[in-house]
Amino acid sequence: MSDKTQRPFLEGWFSQGEAGAELIGTRCTSCGTYYFPRQSRFCRNPACEGEQFEELPLSRHGRLWSYTNACYQPPEPFIASDPFEPFAIAAVELERERMIVLGPVVQGVDVDVLQVGMPMELVIERLCDTGNEHLLSWKWKPVA
Amino acid sequence: MSRDIVILGAGMHPWGKWGRSFIDYGVVAARAALKDAGVDWRDVQFVSGAATIRNGYPGQVSGATFAQALGWQGAQVNTSYAACASGSQALAAARSKILSGECELALVIGSDTTPKGFLAPAKGERPDDPDWVRFRLGITNPSYFALYARRRMALYGDTVDDFARVKIKNSKHGFENPNARYRKCFTAAEVAASPMVANPLRLMDICATSDGAAALIVCSVDYARRLGRTDAPKVAAISTVTPTFASGTIEMPDLATDSAVSVAAHSFRAALPVKAYEEAGIGPQDVGLAEVYDLSTALELDWIEDLQLCARGEAAALLRSGATQVGGRIPVNASGGLACFGEAVPAQALAQVCELTWQLRGQAGARQVSSDAKVGITANQGLFGHGSSVIVKR
Repeated sequence: MSDKTQRPFLEGWFSQGEAGAELIGTRCTSCGTYYFPRQSRFCRNPACEGEQFEELPLSRHGRLWSYTNACYQPPEPFIASDPFEPFAIAAVELERERMIVLGPVVQGVDVDVLQVGMPMELVIERLCDTGNEHLLSWKWKPVA
Repeated sequence: MSRDIVILGAGMHPWGKWGRSFIDYGVVAARAALKDAGVDWRDVQFVSGAATIRNGYPGQVSGATFAQALGWQGAQVNTSYAACASGSQALAAARSKILSGECELALVIGSDTTPKGFLAPAKGERPDDPDWVRFRLGITNPSYFALYARRRMALYGDTVDDFARVKIKNSKHGFENPNARYRKCFTAAEVAASPMVANPLRLMDICATSDGAAALIVCSVDYARRLGRTDAPKVAAISTVTPTFASGTIEMPDLATDSAVSVAAHSFRAALPVKAYEEAGIGPQDVGLAEVYDLSTALELDWIEDLQLCARGEAAALLRSGATQVGGRIPVNASGGLACFGEAVPAQALAQVCELTWQLRGQAGARQVSSDAKVGITANQGLFGHGSSVIVKR
C-alpha cells in the first residue's frame, strides 16, 4: 500500500530477533552489569574497572513499573503525525537485568488498560513518518 | 571549628514572564540582597554566579556578567553550573572561599530568562545524546514526573485528589508571596478541570518555567560578629552529592536505569538530604520547615519522604492531616513552591534558601511559619546527576 521504506530511527539499539523484537545491550564481562543503551568502553560500576563487554539482547519481557501518556505534542526532535495522536509511555522492569527501560506503548493501547505490575513484551512498530520513510522504534505492549 | 557561614541578606526579582534580560533581574535581586544585608557592593569580595545555559555567553559566565552589571570593583569571581542545583553549587563555592579564609563576604546569585512551553533539547541530530533520543521518542520532562506519580498511586494508594491537595496548599501559600508568579488560590474543581498533560498529571499538577532571580549575601561568622549580626540565620550544610551506582530510579533524560545485578540499587533523591543531615549534625526531627522541588504535585510527596519527614508512603496522609501547610507541624513549600513560582533553573535553589532565611527571621508575613521552627531544609534535583539539599538554622 505504501512504497515508503522502513528503517530503525536509531541504528544498533534494537533489532528483530528470531523470538521477536529485542533491545541490544551490552554486559560487562568482569562484573556482569548490563547496559542499555550499549556501553562498550568502561564499566560504570565504581567497584569495577572492566573494559570488556559482550553484546547481547536484553530480556524481551518485563513487568510494568509505571506508565503515563503524552496528551500534547512533544517538541522536536519528536516527529508528530498530523493530527497528533496521544500515545502511552511505559517504564518496564527487566528481572534478569534488574533495570527499568522506557519506551512508547504500541498504538491503540491507552493508559486505561495498563496496570503497574502487568507483564509487558517488546515489539517493533512504526514511530513516525518522514517524507519518504517510516521510522521504526522499540515499543512496549501488554502481554495478551 | 564551626563550618557555618552566615546569611546576611536575601533578595529576589519577582518570578514571571517579563521578557527582559536575565541580567536585569539579577541586578534587581542582588541590590535587594545587598540592601537587606546592609552592606556596600564594593565590600563584596567574591561573586559566585549560577549559570544559565539559555542566554548565550553572558549566561555561561554569569558571575562575571553580574559583577560587571553591578560595576566592576575587583572582586574574585566564579560561575557554577549544575542544572537545577546550580544555585546550591554557587553557594557551596562561596562557602568554600569563606571557610578557607580566602574571602569574608560573598554575593551568590542566579537568574534566568526562559522560553515558553516544554523545555526542549538543543537542535540537530544527536543519536548519542540520551536527551535527544528521549525527545525523539516523545518522552518529555512531565513524562518522568507522571511515571513517579503513577508509581505512588500503585505503591501507596495516593490518589489524584491527593496531588490536587498539594496544588491547593501551595497556591494558598503562594497567594501570600509577593515574589510568586501565580498568586491565585485554586480549588480542587479547578485542578480537576485543567487539561490532562501526562496521565495522571494535569496542567495544574506540573510546574511552569519562569523568569526570575534570587541572590544571597553570605559571610564568615567573624564578619557577622563584627557587624553585630550574630543572630542571623546560618547555612549549616550544603549537600551536592552525585547519585550512587546503581541508581535505581528512571531519571531525566535517561531511557533506562543502571542495572543493579552486581551492586544494590540506590535512591538518589533519598541520598541528598542524608549528606546534609550528617554535615549539619541535625536530624529530620529537628526540621521545622522544608522547601522542596515540586516539579509536580506528586513529587512534593516523594521529597517529604526522602527528607525523612515521615515514613515512606505516608506523605499523602501527612498532607491530608494539614501538617504540611503553614500553621501545621512541618510546613512544606511555605513560599508556594514551584507550583506558584515556575522554575527559573539557576535561581530556584537560591530562592529556596531565601525563603528559609525570611521564615527563620520571622519576616514572611502572612505565610510565616511557627516561631518554633529553628531549622529549615531545601531539596532539589535536576538533570545529569545533579541535586542539592541545604540546611539553614538560626
